[in-house]
Formats: sequence, C-alpha cells, structure tokens
Amino acid sequence: MAKAVSVRGLHKAFGARTVLDGIDLEVEPGEFVALLGRSGCGKSTLLRILAGLDREVRGAARVPGKVSIAFQQPRLLPWRKVWRNIALGLHRPDGRAVALRALQEVRLPGHADAWPLTLSGGEAQRVSLARALVREPDVLLLDEPFGALDALTRLAMHHLVEDLWTRHKPAVLLVTHDVDEALLLADRILVLDEGRIVATHHVDLPRPRRRASVVEQRTRVLADLGVEVEEAA
Amino acid sequence: MTSSTAEVAARPKSATTAPTRKLTLPLRWISPVALVLLWQLASSTGVLSPDKLASPLTVAETAGELIADGQLGEAFAVSITRVFFGFLIGGFTGVALGLVSGLSRWGETLLDPPVQMLRTLPHLGLIPLFILWFGIGEEPKLALVAAGVAFPLYLNLHAGIRQTDPGLVEAARVLGYSRFERVVHVVLPSAVPQTLVGLRIALGTAWLSLIVGEQVNADAGLGFLINNAREFLRTDVVVVGLVVYALLGLTTDALVRLLERKVLRWQKR
Ligand SMILES: Nc1ncnc2c1ncn2[C@@H]1O[C@H](COP(=O)(O)OP(=O)(O)OP(=O)(O)O)[C@@H](O)[C@H]1O
Ligand SMILES: [Mg+2]
Repeated sequence: MAKAVSVRGLHKAFGARTVLDGIDLEVEPGEFVALLGRSGCGKSTLLRILAGLDREVRGAARVPGKVSIAFQQPRLLPWRKVWRNIALGLHRPDGRAVALRALQEVRLPGHADAWPLTLSGGEAQRVSLARALVREPDVLLLDEPFGALDALTRLAMHHLVEDLWTRHKPAVLLVTHDVDEALLLADRILVLDEGRIVATHHVDLPRPRRRASVVEQRTRVLADLGVEVEEAA
Repeated sequence: MTSSTAEVAARPKSATTAPTRKLTLPLRWISPVALVLLWQLASSTGVLSPDKLASPLTVAETAGELIADGQLGEAFAVSITRVFFGFLIGGFTGVALGLVSGLSRWGETLLDPPVQMLRTLPHLGLIPLFILWFGIGEEPKLALVAAGVAFPLYLNLHAGIRQTDPGLVEAARVLGYSRFERVVHVVLPSAVPQTLVGLRIALGTAWLSLIVGEQVNADAGLGFLINNAREFLRTDVVVVGLVVYALLGLTTDALVRLLERKVLRWQKR
C-alpha cells in the first residue's frame, strides 16, 4: 500500500543555515504521528515542505494524496463569513450544506454566518480545522493548532481531533510542544533535533487514553527532549 | 442582566453614547447659529458692507433667485460633469497603474519610482503646463481633476495590495487556488479598505481641483458664476457658489462613508 507521506534524505537550508539535515520519514495511511522538538528545530519548515509551500529543497518529499494544513494562526479570510471560509476548501457549488455539516462536527453550529473577526481564538481555530477537513484530505498537517488556547479549550480540542480522526481516518502529522498532547493522541511520536529525527516512540496504549496511563512513557519522551524529571510516586 | 450587558459591549455606539449624544447634538448647534445671527446683525447695522460680504438673508434670497431662473442648476450641471469625467479618467488611470504595479514585480519596478517622484509635485501647480498643453477649454480642467484623483487612488491601491497578509495567500495556495484565483479571492479583497481610503481622498482632491481649475477662464460652471459675480461685486452670489461647492464635497464624502459601512461590514469596530 502506498505511503501517505514518504520523505527521503530531505535537506533544507536558509542561506548558510541548515534547518533540516537528512530527514527520513514514512507515514502510513490513517496513522497519527506527533512531531516534537524545541522551538526553531524545523518542525514548521518540514510541514510547509509537505504542504507544497516550499519546493527549494534537497532530497525527496512525496505526499501523493490530498493535503490539508491547519496553521498555528487560523488564517481565515476576514471578509468572508465563517461558512464561506470553510467552503473555500471545496471548489464546489453545494458548499454551504457541506460547510454547515463541518461546523456541526467541530461543534460550532450557529456560527455559520458570523464574521471571523468576531470569533474567539478557539472558535477561529475550530473553523480553520473544519476548513482543512471538508477537503477530505488523505494527509492532515496540524502545526501547533492548539498552541494559543487555554487548557480547557485544548482538552476539548484533543477530544475533537481524535474524534474527527477516528471518523475520517486521514494520516495526521501533528506538531506540538506538549508531550502529554502527543501521548494522548499519537500512534507514533517523533523527536526532532538539530534537523534530524533523533528518537521515535510507538505509543501502543489503548484509546481513549487517560492522563494517568501515559505517565510512564512520558518520562522517556521527556528524556529524549533533554528534560530530566523526578517521577513523583 | 448578563444578556443586556453583552449587548452593550457588542454595540457600544447605539447603547452607551446615545443619551449623551442626544444632549450634545442640539447644544453643538448653539455657536454656529449664534455666528450666523451675529453676521446678520453686523450686516443689518451696516458694520459689514454688502461689498465685502452679503448678509445671510440676502444670500438665501439670491440662492432662491438663482435656482428659480435656472442659472445655478446650469452651472451645477457643468461643474458636476467636469468632476465626473475627470474622476472617470483619473480613476481609471490610478486603478490600472495601481493594479499593474501592485500585482507584478516588473510593474512595480518600472512604474512605482516615477509615480512616487511625480506625486511630490503639488498637482495644482501644474495648471500653467496644462494650459500650455491643452489650451483654456475643458481639457485642462479635466486633466487637473484627473491628476488629483489618479495619485491617491494609485498610492492606496498599491499599498493595499502590498499589505496583503502572505499567510492568507499561502492558505489559499494549499487549498488549491491558482495564482489568478488567489488574486481574486485574497489579494484584491484585502486591498479594499485601503483603496476606499484612497477613494475618499481622491474625491476630496477632485473638488479642490475643480474649484482651482474653474478659476481659469471658465465660461460656464460654478467657477464662472463666482468669478462673474466678483466683477459685479455680488458677494451674495459668491457665497452661494461656495456653499454649493461645500455641499457637493460633503455629499460625496457621505456617499463614500456609506459605501465603506456597506463593504467593510466584516471589520470589527
Ligand atoms: N523563511 C525563512 N528564512 C530564513 N530562516 C528561516 C525561514 N523560515 C524558518 N527559518 C529558520 O529555520 C529554523 C526553523 O524554523 P521553524 O519555523 O521550522 O521552527 P519550528 O520548529 O517550527 O519552531 P517553533 O516551535 O518555534 O514553531 C528557525 O531557526 C528559523 O529561524
Ligand atoms: Mg513552528
């Protein structure tokens, strides 16, 4: 079966500065992969390359299917009502019906005719997610989509993303700084450092996962990130 | 209780400022009305001679006469036609150049430097040249209005296009929009607010250019009416002409504001 993402020997440099230094990565269709790493290690750069936004690279990055990306900022067109922003991903005349269904899925019914600038941060982020989902992507790229949200909204968004992923089964590549988030959601966790993938963790815990069940593995992932933690008994 | 405070937050204009405005609106008329009364008083007592400035009552009477005998209507039609066509020419030029230099690198490299240099010229100072080039008929007046319109439209459209958030363009790209579609759906809409600012400046300049242009050997129009009146010391007619100019300027400004409110509904206020 064809891979959803296959990357071989990917190098990317900005001028003299090498950001990605030989990335090899394969993602199965329907697999949920989390990408962890320090700020500035090249996570967004990798996602932009996979989304086809940056082609000045060395090596191969193949994403054969349809790609959607939710950026860290929602990037909605402020002069289009919410449903029109979602329908933007469709190129189809029956956009409104599909957009309304997607809004239902991200739990924002009733906001279809709102202007984006009137939405809260979390609401805008969910609209952005809906816009990425209506395209029924084979690969869904999520670049810290919950970064700017408060803890409670984040929690709700985790459930939402897991739920949507279970239903639509795209391959997901989620960039995050939050180890718990990665452990709760992903089948596989990759740790990126100095432009290379330095560690891979398979998370075989049954779903839905709870916080307590991830504690043990968390210590090991944190160690790969260079963080030593004293485990509380 | 909570729902009512939410409404106040969402629509601060109507909810919180309405009572104070109701009070201050009539109060703000006190001094203008007093000034007009003072003016009338000065005229009636002979302190202000009609050769310097006609009394408000005379002005109103004259306005009535000028409307009744069709002089004002005729002059008005001539002037408005000049602004209309001057605006059309200048608007087309400004928008066309703004689009080319906003949307293409080469266009910007070639067009922007000369336009930026030319805009430092006060365009009203171009009258002598325009007279030499176009004579003293309608053409120099149209050219002056067109020049006054083209520059602000060009500058603001160009700036509006350049200010487009590259993040939004990228988002459209991932959604499969071609370059042309990205211009239509992202770049041009995001240039609209700045362009409307340019439109308002352009209209203001258009009236100013008209007034100055009509001082030059006009044989019809509001400017002619005013100049002609000066020769006969008819300050009442001069004032009527000035008032009409002012009303025209206010009207077009109000129209653009209305347009802004309609088109920019999406902006958070
Ligand atoms: N267009 C660019 N030009 C020059 N350098 C860039 C450019 N984009 C990114 N970089 C550099 O590449 C490095 C990686 O950036 P990237 O945005 O991928 O980091 P990141 O891992 O996503 O970080 P964060 O977690 O803070 O978002 C950074 O050092 C950044 O300065
Ligand atoms: Mg990033």
